[in-house]
Amino acid sequence: MASSTVIPPLSASFVASKKEFGLSACFASQPFSSTKSKKSVSKKIVSVMAPQQTERKPATTGSVKNAMTMTEKILARASEKPELSPGENVWVDVDVLMTHDVCGPGSFGIFKKEFGENAKVWDREKIVIIPDHYIFTSDERANRNVDILRDFCREQNIKYFYDITDLSDFKVNPDYKGVCHIALAQEGHCRPGEVLLGTDSHTCTAGAFGQFATGIGNTDAGFVLGAGKILLKVPPTLRFVMEGEMPEYLLAKDLILQIIGEISVAGATYKSMEFVGSTVESLTMEERMTLCNMVVEAGGKNGVVPADSTTFEYLKDKTSKPYEPVYSDEKARFLSEYHFDITKLEPLVAKPHSPDKRALARECKDVKIDRVYIGSCTGGKTEDFLAAAKVFLASGKKVKVPTFLVPATQKVWMDVYTLPVPGSGGKTCSQIFEEAGCDTPASPSCGACLGGPRDTYARMNEPKVCVSTTNRNFPGRMGHKEGQIYLASPFTAAASALTGYVTDPRDFLQ
Amino acid sequence: MATPLQSRALNASFANLNSIHKPRHFLHHPHDLKLAPSLPRGSSSMLSSSIGFASRRAATPRATAKAAGESVTAFHGLCYVLGDNIDTDQIIPAEYLTLVPSNPAEYEKLGSYALIGLPASYETRFIEPNETKTKYKIVIGGANFGCGSSREHAPVALGAAGVSAVVAESYARIFFRNSVSTGEVYPLEADVRICEECRTGDTVTIELAESKLINHTTGKEYKLKPIGDAGPVIEAGGIFAYARKTGMIPSQAA
Repeated sequence: MASSTVIPPLSASFVASKKEFGLSACFASQPFSSTKSKKSVSKKIVSVMAPQQTERKPATTGSVKNAMTMTEKILARASEKPELSPGENVWVDVDVLMTHDVCGPGSFGIFKKEFGENAKVWDREKIVIIPDHYIFTSDERANRNVDILRDFCREQNIKYFYDITDLSDFKVNPDYKGVCHIALAQEGHCRPGEVLLGTDSHTCTAGAFGQFATGIGNTDAGFVLGAGKILLKVPPTLRFVMEGEMPEYLLAKDLILQIIGEISVAGATYKSMEFVGSTVESLTMEERMTLCNMVVEAGGKNGVVPADSTTFEYLKDKTSKPYEPVYSDEKARFLSEYHFDITKLEPLVAKPHSPDKRALARECKDVKIDRVYIGSCTGGKTEDFLAAAKVFLASGKKVKVPTFLVPATQKVWMDVYTLPVPGSGGKTCSQIFEEAGCDTPASPSCGACLGGPRDTYARMNEPKVCVSTTNRNFPGRMGHKEGQIYLASPFTAAASALTGYVTDPRDFLQ
Repeated sequence: MATPLQSRALNASFANLNSIHKPRHFLHHPHDLKLAPSLPRGSSSMLSSSIGFASRRAATPRATAKAAGESVTAFHGLCYVLGDNIDTDQIIPAEYLTLVPSNPAEYEKLGSYALIGLPASYETRFIEPNETKTKYKIVIGGANFGCGSSREHAPVALGAAGVSAVVAESYARIFFRNSVSTGEVYPLEADVRICEECRTGDTVTIELAESKLINHTTGKEYKLKPIGDAGPVIEAGGIFAYARKTGMIPSQAA
């Protein structure tokens, strides 16, 4: 068992002196001084396919041990190495592989082609198949792709397949979940210390559980399906220390927009992002997921939040599988460390057409909008809808623009219809949304976050201006190339819906 | 018109290619021989005649299209120039992700939609209406090329459209890895922002072995960062083909 690998405790006196040596040795090849433009950092591409390194640095031989970051430790355990340094290429054992209707069929195609028509997957219990992208559409090819998932799951006897057969009413499909990253968490597939891969860039969401989670392509997934392993380069870690009590008008979305605005959409390329500090410790699991979800929007390979009592509490009724969290050593080496005083932060948006075009929501108060979208793996969780409901409740007003609500999963949909909103006298989110004049919450799926087939609910088929709780605002992301997307927190999205302009939620929450 | 410098460079690549291609190869793999795409008026016959060697795109997904012993050291053709942060939605919009890349017919179709998500500010079409292939063999981009989604459909669409190589200032991690894993396109990096010095329609040559790009239209030469160990993987046709070729995994029984 990989989990039986013991990470030896380090000798602090050695680490202090060896640390500097290791640092210069590891990062000498990263020309950080050669920044060509304000927003981009050039870096040397080191081959992803290099054969496994046999040479070891003097500091990693013998009894001398280096301190490691969380990400390094998880990958060390999964590759059965006593320790790892950034830049090393290692074969990693995969704990969970997730795929969905957009990339599953292609991954299965590669698996069959390469391993043979009669090949069996490496472990039927470690593969999770979640149809979620293009479900409620009459697009025949999209429907066919879900059928391909079903056939493969039957043939391979895949244990976790969250199927949907009756598209007319998602509620009659008890197995159907919805957005994969949220379903993975809700169904107990996210566990501290493990390695989770998914054929989706937002697989990094699961880093909220203190695990290594990253997105891969079909070919890599085809390989993992057959081999259960993947060749990974150990990323260096950027650490983000967020301190201070979270003001009541902020959400994790504001934190990650702040960070992406700071380091740019390529600021964490090839790197791990670790989130710590008193603010992060105070966040719920869903909020931590929002934080890690958009790591890829900074180019990051993965994001991690150290597991704590909040994590363990969340997992209590979701998994019976034992797990073993790991934590960054006190002397672990971070490529850089960023500090944020969260008490001074204001509600933010990312303006079109890039997630790093950060601006204060109040600076955009003259931007007239056509619609609001609340949904996706980033902003379609139960707490995201509770947050939006809180703003509607506080204002007592009606929305001025069409407001589309797409719960991420069936569980979130149920919560929207059943959970009482605090301070509302027992009203549910759905009642508050109805009173505010929002659209009826739609069937759970990825929906219009990524446009999708033309008949996707709330897809931007015309060039509109939208405030959205989703994750990307590149041209064409929600459908129309000339559409303008302002990424924002559920608070800011709801406040904007009430005015018809990009609006700071403090206008209603204070 | 070709300057003496350009002619030299082309002659060098020509000789190079001749030495590695066995004549027999062309008989066995007629689909590798493609008609030269139309070049701007005034191109020398030397330019046209070398194109057949640089083109190696076939009508099936890359991994099945490779011929044993085939080796490519140069790409030559027209370039299409893009800016920074070209994300996967611009390369292949999400509405086309219902196409499954491992299905040959749908692979072709994916190619016909390559870069269809570019905003209207890009006035020149990457693929002409009613065409399935692009006339631009080489795509030149700025920083963070291929950011966004993990969709492998992105490098696949470019490869299926007939692109041999992308030259950018830098890449998003997953796009780079997917390009190598699939062997669809060479994701090359330049030392400078070539995207600001090349224009769509310029005729360029990439010399892989020498890690350089020559713009014949402007007469300028640029140094590229070596592709390193990823090169043989892409050349083989992706990780599976490479692993078989090098004996990492057994050859597949027929």
